[in-house]
Amino acid sequence: MYEFEFARPATVADAVQALTAEEAQALGGGQTLIPTLKQRLASPSVLVSLSGIAEIKGICQTDEGLLAIGGGTTHAEVAEGAGAYPALAALAGQIGDPAVRNRGTIGGSLANNDPAACYPAAALASNAVIVTHAREIAADDYFQGMFTTALEEGEIITEVRFAVPEAANYQKFLQPASRFAMVGVFVAKYFDGVRVAVTGASEEGVFRWREAEAALSANFSPDAIAGLSVAQEGMIGDIHGTKAYRAHLVGVMTKRAVSAAR
Amino acid sequence: MTKVTMTVNGRPMSGEVEGRTLLVSFLRDTLGLTGTHVGCDTSQCGACVVHVDGKAVKACTMLALEAEGAEVATIEGQAAADGTLNAIQAAFQEHHGLQCGFCTPGMVMSAAALLKENPKPTETEIRHYLEGNLCRCTGYHNIVKAIMAASGQDVSSIAAE
Ligand SMILES: Cc1cc2nc3c(=O)[nH]c(=O)nc-3n(C[C@H](O)[C@H](O)[C@H](O)COP(=O)(O)OP(=O)(O)OC[C@H]3O[C@@H](n4cnc5c(N)ncnc54)[C@H](O)[C@@H]3O)c2cc1C
Ligand code: FES
Ligand code: FES
Repeated sequence: MYEFEFARPATVADAVQALTAEEAQALGGGQTLIPTLKQRLASPSVLVSLSGIAEIKGICQTDEGLLAIGGGTTHAEVAEGAGAYPALAALAGQIGDPAVRNRGTIGGSLANNDPAACYPAAALASNAVIVTHAREIAADDYFQGMFTTALEEGEIITEVRFAVPEAANYQKFLQPASRFAMVGVFVAKYFDGVRVAVTGASEEGVFRWREAEAALSANFSPDAIAGLSVAQEGMIGDIHGTKAYRAHLVGVMTKRAVSAAR
Repeated sequence: MTKVTMTVNGRPMSGEVEGRTLLVSFLRDTLGLTGTHVGCDTSQCGACVVHVDGKAVKACTMLALEAEGAEVATIEGQAAADGTLNAIQAAFQEHHGLQCGFCTPGMVMSAAALLKENPKPTETEIRHYLEGNLCRCTGYHNIVKAIMAASGQDVSSIAAE
C-alpha cells in the first residue's frame, strides 16, 4: 500500500468537506478498497473513513412505508435488521463470510458496483432510491456498467430506500473461490409488475431482464419463462464459466427465484 | 505517524501507526501479539480473525486507525491468566481440531463469535459460519466436531475420522 493520510470525521458534512481534497477517497468497510490499496490499484492522498458517522448507520421505516438503510450499515446488520424485507435480509446474509459481513457496507457495495456483487441486483430489482448527501438517484439511473455508477467524485451514499415488494427472492449461484455470485438473480413482484435484475452475468454489470419481467408480470410462475433465454453475446466468459454457461444460469436462477419468492 | 489507542484483551494499548498500517500489523509488530496469523493477506483465509467490539473481523483487512477506541480480542486473551484453556481451545485439543495450527487462532476466534450468536449451532451452521476460515490440514471435520463439543453438544455421532 502507498501511504495516505487518514481522516475519520463524525458527520456527513465533515466527510464531504474532507473528500474535497485532491485524490481523497471514501472508506466504507474496506472489504474491497483495502485489497485494492494493497495491490496498489488505488493511491488516494487521504482516506476518509465513514465508519465514525452515526447518522449513516441503521435501518428504519420511512413515513411513506419504505425501508431505509443507512449507507454505512454493514451486511451483518442488514441480515439481522431488515426483516421487513426478508429477501433483502437473506441476500445480505449470503455475502462473503461473517467477518466480511461485519465490516462491508451497503453503501460501499453499491458505490463499487462490482459486476458480481449482490446488492446491485436487489437495488435494481426494487428500483431502490440511492440517497447521497446531495441528491436522490433511482436505481434505474444509477447503475451505468461494470464498476460505473451515477456517483460524482466525493459523493457519499447516505441511505438506500427500498419499497418492499409483495414477494421477492434472490438466488445466488456461488463462484466457489471468490464467494461472489457467478450469476445472481433477484426477482421482486410489486402490485404493478415484476422486476428481474441479474448480477454476475453481464459485461455491462447488473441488468434488468425485461423479457422475463413482462412474462412474469402476466403470469408469476416459473413456467412463464420456460421458453425465454438471454443472448450469450455480452455475457462474461472466464475460467469459471463460459458465456453460454452464464446465459443458461440466468434462466435457471430466475426460475428458482420465482419458485422461492415469498 | 498517528497515535492509536485501543483496548486489547482488556488492557489499554497504544502505539504510533501510519494511515496504511493494518490492524494485524499493529497487533503483531507493534504489540508483539503474534498469535494472530497472516495466511493470505487478501481477506480469504481467516487466519487473522480477531474480534473488534465483539464482532469477528479479518485483521488483515482493517486499518489500525479504524480500531481507535475499540475493544479488540485476540487469541492471546482466550485462555485464563494461569494458562487454562477456554472451552473452545480445550475442545480443539481434545478432538484434534488442529494439525499445524496455523489456521487455529482464526478458527478459535470465529468459533467464539459463532457461539456467542448461536450457543448451540448445528453441524451445518458451523460449516457455514466457517466459510471464511480455511484450513490446509485437518479437512475440517475435527474442527466442526470440536466446536460442537465446546457448545456442550454430543459429538459421538459426528463423522470425523
Ligand atoms: C472474501 C470476500 C467475499 C466477498 N463476497 C461478496 C459477495 O458474495 N457478494 C458481494 O456483493 N460482495 C462480496 N464482497 C464484497 C463486500 O461486500 C464489500 O464489503 C463491498 O463490495 C464493499 O463495501 P465496503 O463497505 O467494504 O466498501 P469499501 O471497500 O470501503 O469501498 C468500496 C468503494 O466504495 C466507496 N465507498 C464506500 N462507502 C461509500 C459510501 N457510503 N458512499 C460512496 N462511496 C463509498 C469507496 O470509496 C470505494 O471506492 C466480498 C468481499 C470479500 C473480501
Ligand atoms: S490473512 Fe487475513 S484473511 Fe487471510
Ligand atoms: S491446522 Fe494446519 S492449516 Fe489448519
